[in-house]
Amino acid sequence: MKAIKQTGLVLFLLGLAIFIGTIFTGSFSLKQAELDTFLKEQNYKSEVIGEALQKAVVTTNDLNIFQFSNAVRNAYAASNNHYDNLIKKYDAEKNWDEKGKQFQYKISGKPHSLSFSLAKSAGKGPAPDSTGLMWFLTFGLAIIGALMYIVPDVILLGKPGIKNNGVFLNAATNRGWIGWFAFIFLVTFYILLYFFPDYIVNWVYLVDPISKSISGNPASQWFLYGFLYCTVMSVMAVRMYIKYRHNKYQILRTTSVLFFQIVFAFLIPEILVRFEKPWYDFKNAFPLDYDFFFKWNLEELLASGAFGLFILVWGVVLTIIVVPVMVYFFGKRWYCSWVCGCGGLAETLGDPYRQLSSKTLLSWRVERIIIHSVLIFVLVMTGFALYTFFSGEGQVLGIKTQTIQDIYGFLIGSIFAGVIGTGFYPIFGNRVWCRFGCPLAAYLGFVQRFKSRFRITTNGGQCISCGNCSTYCEQGIDVRAYAQKGENIVRSSCVGCGVCSAVCPRGVLKLENGPEEGRINPTDVLLGNDVDLMDLVNKK
Amino acid sequence: MEHIVIIGNGISGVTAARHIRKLSDKKITIISSETEYFFSRTALMYVYMGHMTFEHTQPYENWFWKKNRIELKKAFVKTVETENKTLHFADGDSLTYDKLIIATGSKPNKFGWPGQDLDGVMGMYHKQDLENLEKYAPNNKVCKRAVIVGGGLIGIEMAEMLHSRHIPVTFLVRENSFWNGVLPEGESNMINREILSSGIDLRLSTNLKEIVADENGNVKSVIIDETGEELPCNVVGLTAGVAPNIDFLRDSGIEIGRGVKVNRYLETNVEDVYAIGDCAEQHEGIDQRRPIEAVWYTGRMMGETLAQTICDNKTQYKPGHWFNSAKFIDIEYQTYGWVWAQAKDHESRFYWEHEDGKKCIHINYDKTTREFIGINNFGIRMRHEFFDKVLNEKRTVDYVLEHLADANFDPEFYKLHEKEIVAKFNQENNTNIQLKKKSWKRIFSKA
Repeated sequence: MKAIKQTGLVLFLLGLAIFIGTIFTGSFSLKQAELDTFLKEQNYKSEVIGEALQKAVVTTNDLNIFQFSNAVRNAYAASNNHYDNLIKKYDAEKNWDEKGKQFQYKISGKPHSLSFSLAKSAGKGPAPDSTGLMWFLTFGLAIIGALMYIVPDVILLGKPGIKNNGVFLNAATNRGWIGWFAFIFLVTFYILLYFFPDYIVNWVYLVDPISKSISGNPASQWFLYGFLYCTVMSVMAVRMYIKYRHNKYQILRTTSVLFFQIVFAFLIPEILVRFEKPWYDFKNAFPLDYDFFFKWNLEELLASGAFGLFILVWGVVLTIIVVPVMVYFFGKRWYCSWVCGCGGLAETLGDPYRQLSSKTLLSWRVERIIIHSVLIFVLVMTGFALYTFFSGEGQVLGIKTQTIQDIYGFLIGSIFAGVIGTGFYPIFGNRVWCRFGCPLAAYLGFVQRFKSRFRITTNGGQCISCGNCSTYCEQGIDVRAYAQKGENIVRSSCVGCGVCSAVCPRGVLKLENGPEEGRINPTDVLLGNDVDLMDLVNKK
Repeated sequence: MEHIVIIGNGISGVTAARHIRKLSDKKITIISSETEYFFSRTALMYVYMGHMTFEHTQPYENWFWKKNRIELKKAFVKTVETENKTLHFADGDSLTYDKLIIATGSKPNKFGWPGQDLDGVMGMYHKQDLENLEKYAPNNKVCKRAVIVGGGLIGIEMAEMLHSRHIPVTFLVRENSFWNGVLPEGESNMINREILSSGIDLRLSTNLKEIVADENGNVKSVIIDETGEELPCNVVGLTAGVAPNIDFLRDSGIEIGRGVKVNRYLETNVEDVYAIGDCAEQHEGIDQRRPIEAVWYTGRMMGETLAQTICDNKTQYKPGHWFNSAKFIDIEYQTYGWVWAQAKDHESRFYWEHEDGKKCIHINYDKTTREFIGINNFGIRMRHEFFDKVLNEKRTVDYVLEHLADANFDPEFYKLHEKEIVAKFNQENNTNIQLKKKSWKRIFSKA
């Protein structure tokens, strides 16, 4: 068994190494005809971009992706510079007519995204040419290796039950060197994905056939991300199934998040695209889905006929009615740890890191300030967006809606949710985004705290203050602080993962939905002592 | 300002301090020689097993004590001078008190076995024991085998700890079945099986004769009394129960028996001196309890109670219905009310065991009145409030079985066995009890 496990680890690392190595493979160039087709598709007005790109990429030189990206970005910059200079010139000459005309020639878009679209049709090498083989050597090996590493645990972990043996003795899970490597890898991955998509174009090639078979289109970096996300979740779900095979709540919950990720977040949106409908994830509720009310999205939906209108209505109903009503009955867990994609990744890939979240009072304070600030931010931004949509004005009170949207997209959408939210799993625990950043979680939290039937019931006086519950709370809730007072846990941040209850050695905690009355039950003297004393002290 | 000094920073002393602070402005000092801050002793095992770090076992952050004006002093009390209310510390320092609370807990029993003080022989009670174990049994290369002597709760915990680091464990139990002074036969057998199937070498009806040293004064082996067999090992865990940790009181004038003798108000024979927790000994056991109860919960309850008395609301220690819990490797155990190892004359028993042999319940009730007396549940969690209420209201066994669904405390979606349990009871007793559906209204109604 141990041999299988170790072979698996080797295969996984090999797959990972080839995956990383793939970035550096291939050569990138275009034939003149290919460039012409590209330019025709893009329909640029710039008169110099064609020549600039031709010089950059129509070449017999072996350009790797970094050289290619560099050349392409320079070409676009040269084109834009050319017109910027003209603008400056006419400005100096006060020739307003000519100055105004120049703006149409400028090409907008992030340099690395422009470079990505071109690179997507310029690659030659193992990833674009032997896609199947390369897929097997990367994804294939990593999946097989990971499973070989995970599955022997059925035997090696011993009998079903909580087996957190060695969690804090292992460099992967106690912020040791393996944890720091995982941190660097994840952070780098997210930075490449969000800001340098052209550098990972070889990875995107690997999933082209899959994308084509689902949506009919070649893959984008977002398809790659979606596919990788589902793959990682599926493999790590196997780990969950084994680790918690004695706990039906965990089994069902894992199955649920996996289902919603694969079907709702991945397959349905891609299939919608195949039928020329807007890409939409039906479970992704505003304000987590922060661009739902952006002008471009509303316009796209309104332009998509009855189906677009249906999405629009569903999106609004989901946030205003479905989400709070469900939270009233079941707590926010129904979303955060049964449905949500972010939660799904946190509960599968992130499960080995749950014990790393900080439980201090200070971190609770910081958490409340940050998460509620994000909620306010998203609401203000949405106000701006709706104002812009209805009035047509591009700015409110002298602030451009677009600027606010860009800042949110960059700071919250990319840096916080991605780079920090997932990249920091091995350091700050697996719910960094859900705990500190997610505006939807903040909204659901209010409902859960003030109007819900959900609570974690503390079983009378049975707590022995051991601290397993607090240690394994991914949301950094000091569960023990309540349990040892005989008090139920009613906290806005609780995502109801159920692990506190699972790791409790004395059967003290139970997630349940019951009457609101008596849900919050402050106690000083716990059940089991003198009845008169309990009444005397607790009723004060 | 009155100065309350508490010796011992375990659950009893800390609970007393917290409640005194809630009720008053008195000056409070807690003295401990073991650790700077309060930690959960029951969680020490999880530190060795790598489930947690030692910091995780501390229920309060370090700022808590200053904020609540509870002074902590790390020192070892050598003697208590009750006449002028002064404590003398091992380092020569001293401290005066107005009221003294003795909450020094227990220490592991040693029964004079030859070799019991060798290097590598240890209990599993203090933080220092944990550090010792980490030193002598960091892995299965340094410690090729460990032998545990004494079949109680700490013994099985220590076996589980060592086993988690893949160290072969031999577990010597004097009795002919694990913990059968407390557990009835069915439950005790179930735990025997659990221990054996985990790969721990359980030896029942087996006593330790002596521990043998190597040339460096380390443990080399143990010799078994019955067979004379010599078992090579590097670590010996002595877990044959605990006794009150009160040696420093021998000449203080405070009355001691096995523990510090206290009355129902937790007062000792000396005015302004109290004792709570493991180290306190009631003149007579309360209800059917033992005079000394070395249990987390009772320590906490004594702390809650004594704080009232100290703060001018003189209150008797009146523990409610007995309850307890433990975890035997993978099998959780809870108990409410009394289920003795042997049924008493007026008692009748009902035992149900799941076919997988890892879950059972054992109900004890009065033969004639059918009043419910207690339950042991293994592998199934039960609601404390439910049974507390049942015992308060003196309900019958029939009532309990009828409402068994209300009592269940397992996580959602777990397979429930109530139907099966009730059916078995009906069959054995020729009754026709109908299981009622779970009712939130009943569960949450306080009355």
